[in-house]
Amino acid sequence: MELKEQIRKFIESNLVVFEDEAEFSDSDNIFEMGFVNSLFAMKLVNYIEENFNVQVANDDLEISNFNSVNRITEFIENKRSAAA
Amino acid sequence: MDNTSQQKIVDEAREFADREIRPFAAQFEANEAVPRELIDKMAQRGYLAATFPAEYDGLGLDPIYYGLLTEEIGKADASTRGLLTVHTSLAGEALARWGNKEQKEKWLRPMAQGKKLACFALTEPEVGTDAKNVKTSYRKEGNKYIINGAKKWITFGNIADLFLTVTTGEKGITAFIIEREMPGVKTTPIKGLLAGKASHIAEIQFENVEVPAENIVGKEGSGFTYIVNTALDHGRYSIAWAGIAIAQEALEAMITYSRQRSQFGKKLHTHQLIQGIIGDAVTKVHAGRALCLRAGQLRKNNDSNAVIETTIAKYFTSKIAMEVAVDAVQVHGGNGCYNKYPVERLFREAKILEIIEGTSQVQQEIISSYGLRAYFKPPAKK
Repeated sequence: MELKEQIRKFIESNLVVFEDEAEFSDSDNIFEMGFVNSLFAMKLVNYIEENFNVQVANDDLEISNFNSVNRITEFIENKRSAAA
Repeated sequence: MDNTSQQKIVDEAREFADREIRPFAAQFEANEAVPRELIDKMAQRGYLAATFPAEYDGLGLDPIYYGLLTEEIGKADASTRGLLTVHTSLAGEALARWGNKEQKEKWLRPMAQGKKLACFALTEPEVGTDAKNVKTSYRKEGNKYIINGAKKWITFGNIADLFLTVTTGEKGITAFIIEREMPGVKTTPIKGLLAGKASHIAEIQFENVEVPAENIVGKEGSGFTYIVNTALDHGRYSIAWAGIAIAQEALEAMITYSRQRSQFGKKLHTHQLIQGIIGDAVTKVHAGRALCLRAGQLRKNNDSNAVIETTIAKYFTSKIAMEVAVDAVQVHGGNGCYNKYPVERLFREAKILEIIEGTSQVQQEIISSYGLRAYFKPPAKK
């Protein structure tokens, strides 16, 4: 599965609104739209670390790194290329 | 560390609790203080750093064995267990996870050795569950921050050296390590509590406290999303096991009493209505333990579902701790209402667990929100 698709599926499985109320593009800010909450932000860190072999450091703790499908994808890709 | 070595630590903790804590729990409560000598002994055994990595003088227990250790201490005395909850779980785990290398070097090792005790300063006189709206403020002046405000109900706040403090300011919620010796920090013990009487609960005042930028944990503005959530997640895990501890201790007291006490010419346990109470209590304890162990396993695996399973475990065990403690008092009759019998204290201590680290009502909302999505079966399209 493509990275973006994996991220989208994870977000969709952690929505705080019902599925039919939650249409969002890859660039939409899912926090500002109220589709996820701060608990999701913490789950997301665990998810990224466990599934993509990426370490989230305290310097990475900007919500802007994690607020859309695109930003999360970019974050993971940047981390991977930095480690390569 | 292998499971055998971890189990040995838990077994030793049980013996330690039997010898050094349980016989004195009522005395700690009467004196309104877990004694410093006990805290030092716990530090020497590594319990204050049970989950910290070995490089910071920790025992390196995995979440399951840390839970079991928490249970052993919590069975003996809830106030003493409170030190593990705030020092090791809330403050320690948040620092271990999100502290930078310098912060870990500076604070985790002294915390492990018991030279620095830490607590978690979130709740305020006017802000409890609504934690995003804390009033304690920070403002930046050059490379330092000025903190003003008050915190309340801070467990071990009256003797802690380090306060992992949640504040609000220009960039949003921000967490700082504030040190007791910083000018402008004042703590006042809170007396007259229902329970947790020995856990040095305090109100804390911060008056123009100057804190260097290097004391920010995480990043400015990331305090709620990451630091508070991480701390509370670990706190809830600790309280989940604290619930099992009280329920298990109350169950053992209930059963022991029912086998020794006679009424109407026969032992209490032979009465069918008492058997009903015991049967329910055993079932609740087993169910709660299963939830705690599952949460522990998911945490060990760094599984993203660990957060919700921890919430479920905390909600359930705090509820059954109250229920089993109430029933243990009932089985004890008049003696259960007397402070010479430990169930009287367990009954009071259990109530606290339904309030701290998120009330049961908040846990219900979180669990409901999860369930409404996880268990929805869309009707088949025609």
